[in-house]
Amino acid sequence: MGFKTEAPNPTAISAAPKQKKKKSAIEKNENWAGVLFISPMLIGVSILMLIPILATFALSFVEWSFVAGFSQMKWVGLENFKALLGDKVFIKSLVNNMLFILTVPASLAIALLLAIVIDKNVYMKSFFKVAFFMPYISSVVAIAVVWQVLFHPSAGPINQTLMALGIENPPTWIADPNFALFSVMLIQVWISIGFNMIVYMAGLQAIPKDLYEAADIDGASTWVKFRHITFPMLSSTTFFLFITGIIATFKVFDLIAVLTKGGPMHSTSVIVWHLYEEAFVNLKIGYASAMAVILFLCVFLISIFQWIGQKKWVNY
Amino acid sequence: MKASFDLKKTIITVVAFMFSIMFLLPFIWMLSTSFKIEADVFTFPVQWIPERWNGFENYKEVWFGQFPFYIYYWNSIKVAVSTTLLSVVVSALAAYGFSKVRFPAGKWLFLIVLATYMVPPQAMLVPQFILYRNIGLFDSHLGLVLLGSFSVLGTFMLRQFFMGIHTDYIDAAKIDGAGHWRIFWSVAMPIVRPAIATYAILRFIWTWNDYQNPLIFLRTDSLYTIQLAMQKFTTINGEFYSLIMAAAVSAILPLVIVFIIGQKQVIEGIAQGGVKG
Repeated sequence: MGFKTEAPNPTAISAAPKQKKKKSAIEKNENWAGVLFISPMLIGVSILMLIPILATFALSFVEWSFVAGFSQMKWVGLENFKALLGDKVFIKSLVNNMLFILTVPASLAIALLLAIVIDKNVYMKSFFKVAFFMPYISSVVAIAVVWQVLFHPSAGPINQTLMALGIENPPTWIADPNFALFSVMLIQVWISIGFNMIVYMAGLQAIPKDLYEAADIDGASTWVKFRHITFPMLSSTTFFLFITGIIATFKVFDLIAVLTKGGPMHSTSVIVWHLYEEAFVNLKIGYASAMAVILFLCVFLISIFQWIGQKKWVNY
Repeated sequence: MKASFDLKKTIITVVAFMFSIMFLLPFIWMLSTSFKIEADVFTFPVQWIPERWNGFENYKEVWFGQFPFYIYYWNSIKVAVSTTLLSVVVSALAAYGFSKVRFPAGKWLFLIVLATYMVPPQAMLVPQFILYRNIGLFDSHLGLVLLGSFSVLGTFMLRQFFMGIHTDYIDAAKIDGAGHWRIFWSVAMPIVRPAIATYAILRFIWTWNDYQNPLIFLRTDSLYTIQLAMQKFTTINGEFYSLIMAAAVSAILPLVIVFIIGQKQVIEGIAQGGVKG
């Protein structure tokens, strides 16, 4: 998502002093028009997003359960946050979230390679676009259910194939605590490649052709052209996909909820899943809100990093 | 020269095709399993074309059995279409207000709206839940529709397109005596129609696929959307994989159709949104 700010209109500025009286009436109209146009959005966002996020911060300092009335709310200060530090499942979830970030560079590398190959070097370009994009548009619930069966330890097609190829003890995938997170990450990469590839292909279109022509005249190899033209010219796309990809990994809920429910033995638990369990299964509102605050801070820090890094690392 | 180039291209196409099979095979497996009898689901080597067809019975059970999908389909269509319509209207109005009406508060109000995009939806779930319980929106389709309708992303995307409209158009219309409302409807909206189509398709797909909000904000079985029903169906039918795959095919099918019809808009929309302006 690019951020464009409108350049001030020079004619509006130079015309201002002449018709000051008339202008102020127009200005008043503009104010009203502006407010009217944005008010539905503003009201919705305030009630459904701004107030809830403020409430989350407030609730993170209390101990309370849905079933008890508002009068049962108890102020506990930073106790919830202290408890989080001692919560093994929370720490595990946080670590898993960090590991999950690895899916982003993996997906980006494959997507970039595919984008370059498909953009110029294949027939039936649109077939490939649709094929790689299928997982992204399909519902995560259906995908998770299908993979659950494909990964079935003994009867699933994947392990049957592996055994037929002579591998005697194939991993039991999502049933094995040591392998489950890796399996979920594989599916996440599989889902996200299509989206990244499409964005990369648009980025490739934007690279001026004469750069390659000049390199061809100099006799540059494919690798040199990639290293010195394609990759640097795509740095803003890569940076954008990298940051939004990381933020998206913090929001992965459906896949975990349907595929593993955080198990086996919390090996695939992530912050949003643990939060869901504490809030809506164990009804610990304050505790879950403290977790939501941590989640918010993680995403907030990454966004700040994006804001600063955009200028620093994006180079043409 | 030309012939050898084509050979290279053919080889690369074949290699890329083999790779793309990894992306299509799970879908093909799902489709073929949905037509099998249960006993044939795990036969190895995989029967890509079922030997014993049971498709009619499987789909009949999914659509009209004890968890009748036609009800959940209708619920999903209702929620997805309403969310898409409301979201497009709200986003288009806001996008116009933020880009084509010049008023001092606009800039920082836009920043506030934009900032909410950074908030992960799960960080707001608990207060939203409490709010919904207290104002009667819990366990209702209206509640779900409202949750999906105030999209910062839609506002942002459409604002980009509105900004592409030259100010001269707007000024010319103003000189002719048109107010902002008329300009919005008769000048701005027709110009950004393709962008609205893109956003509408994406919003429909996202709403159709949403699992988290229905899971948390719906309780009554008869109100379930297709994703939630799909999950419950899986839990109940545990080991009946042929039925589960028939349900999965049913859940994905409308999206595949929407995607194939609107393929150009979806892909272009995502590409445009992703590349820095």
